[in-house]
Amino acid sequence: MIASAVQAAAAQATANSTGSTDYWSMLFVFVLATFIGLGVIRRVSRLLYTPLMSLTNAISAIAVVGSLVVTGADYPRVIRILGAVALFASMTNIVSGFLITDRMLKMFKK
Amino acid sequence: MIFSAIGQLAAIVATSLFILALNWMNDPKTARRGVIAGVAGMLVAVLATWVQPLIVHHGWIVLAIAAGFVVGVPLSLVPLTAVPQRTALSHAFGGLAAGLVGTAEFFLGLGEGGGQLTHFRTAALTAEVILGFLTFTGSLMATGKLQEVKWIPQRPVTYPGQNFVNIGVLVIAIALGAMVTANPTAPWASQAFLAVAALSLLFGVLLIIPIGGADMPTVISILNSYAGLSAVAMGFALNNKLLVTAGALDGSSGLILSIIMCRAMNRSFVNVLFGAFGQVKVGAQATGEQKSWKQETVEGAAQLLEQARLVVIIPGYGMAVAQAQHKVRELYDALTKRGITVKFAIHPVAGRMPGHMNVLLAEADIPYTALVEMDEINPEMPQVDVALVLGANDVVNPAARYAKQTPIYGMPIIDADKAHTVLAVKRSKNPGFAGIDNELYVQDNTWMLFGDAKAVLGELVKQFSAGSGLH
Repeated sequence: MIASAVQAAAAQATANSTGSTDYWSMLFVFVLATFIGLGVIRRVSRLLYTPLMSLTNAISAIAVVGSLVVTGADYPRVIRILGAVALFASMTNIVSGFLITDRMLKMFKK
Repeated sequence: MIFSAIGQLAAIVATSLFILALNWMNDPKTARRGVIAGVAGMLVAVLATWVQPLIVHHGWIVLAIAAGFVVGVPLSLVPLTAVPQRTALSHAFGGLAAGLVGTAEFFLGLGEGGGQLTHFRTAALTAEVILGFLTFTGSLMATGKLQEVKWIPQRPVTYPGQNFVNIGVLVIAIALGAMVTANPTAPWASQAFLAVAALSLLFGVLLIIPIGGADMPTVISILNSYAGLSAVAMGFALNNKLLVTAGALDGSSGLILSIIMCRAMNRSFVNVLFGAFGQVKVGAQATGEQKSWKQETVEGAAQLLEQARLVVIIPGYGMAVAQAQHKVRELYDALTKRGITVKFAIHPVAGRMPGHMNVLLAEADIPYTALVEMDEINPEMPQVDVALVLGANDVVNPAARYAKQTPIYGMPIIDADKAHTVLAVKRSKNPGFAGIDNELYVQDNTWMLFGDAKAVLGELVKQFSAGSGLH
């Protein structure tokens, strides 16, 4: 009884995931990454909260990946202009974020 | 096939490197390794995306990347006192990128007939645009306030019904987004989507208008979290796991920092965002007899310091404004040379962003081992000979312990009042940010030094270098 219900649910899930995106595994990745993030950040030295923020800033400029696609693919011009502006904004964050983080971290001496 | 494998592998490698980068931030000794890991992860991600066959136009990419370097390098060289506004500005850029990519993807989907716009994908794009654009304008407002741009009011701006208006705008944006999600290809969908974008931009402005300087550490942390979440939404929309993991790391970092900042002010998120802290509350004046300040001369202060064995310096935003950190270093040197132990007591919300004081003091070459957290220093305060309060105010106000009618009630403070003697350097005789009198300044054992922190410390250091003039 229960087994057949599970089987039906599994069949249903397979049917749903035939689309291009496997939403459940994306959600799964998101939840796991959040827990890892919480665990790792909790242990960050309190001295370094300012550089931490500029470092995570640079890392979240991973939006560069989306911007690259929108700018470089064979899309209409207007779409690519939006992409180019986004790419510029992300790149600025990557460059200034990593550089200033390193500049600050260099100053923390015993 | 091979390109898909490259993409997947790059996502795994980059995610691992980002986690390592954050992990190495747990100690100043390993932290710089973290930057290298972060750069490596980003390089892997960018290259693996760039080689994909989907990407056929390279000119604009090169141009945009070059422009990013042209603007990014100078932004990384700002003076460290300007780090809060640089951080807020980079949150704005992050939000802008997410909002624009979300908008582009939606209209791309519409242009292709809407087949790509499933309900889930449209929901993700809507979330990306709302989070991205509200982070964009909200962070720009925060940047303006921190930079003290003239046409942006520094003091919180409040009006009757403000929370009603703010929440109303957000609710309408979300409702429109839900309608678009339900009918992504309806004839009105593109207008509705643009309206969602516009309302989100408006909401960002409205959200920050009532926020004042002392709340900036919390607000910057919350915006940091939103910038990360908008990248997560982009990941859902583009079916890209790397965006989801990196965004989630950023989002959880912002979340933890906001929680720490809120706890350090004894307030809730909701209270920070909708409580309009910093309005001068008239009823909050201290009752009882009005005591007055006792002013001390620089010579007297130098003598007090010289006779001490343990000195604790409590820096606040006033030190940052006066750029006094290098003078602090000179005083630190003068005192330690005489065998006096000097420690720095750092309140979590001192300054305008998390960790602000630590970075400024590190810039002045003060060893990080001398920087002590509030919870560690407080048990030691009764043994402290001189507590030197340097442009800090609300974080040392004893009223936080009992004055229920004040906005700072319940906020943990550094127990400066328990030191044998308190020396307070203060720019003016005005009350602090919260608009409440600080009774620490009128205590029997407190002596005031009025003036710009840098100038006062300069005078103090001169007393010591005159050296033999003192006993």
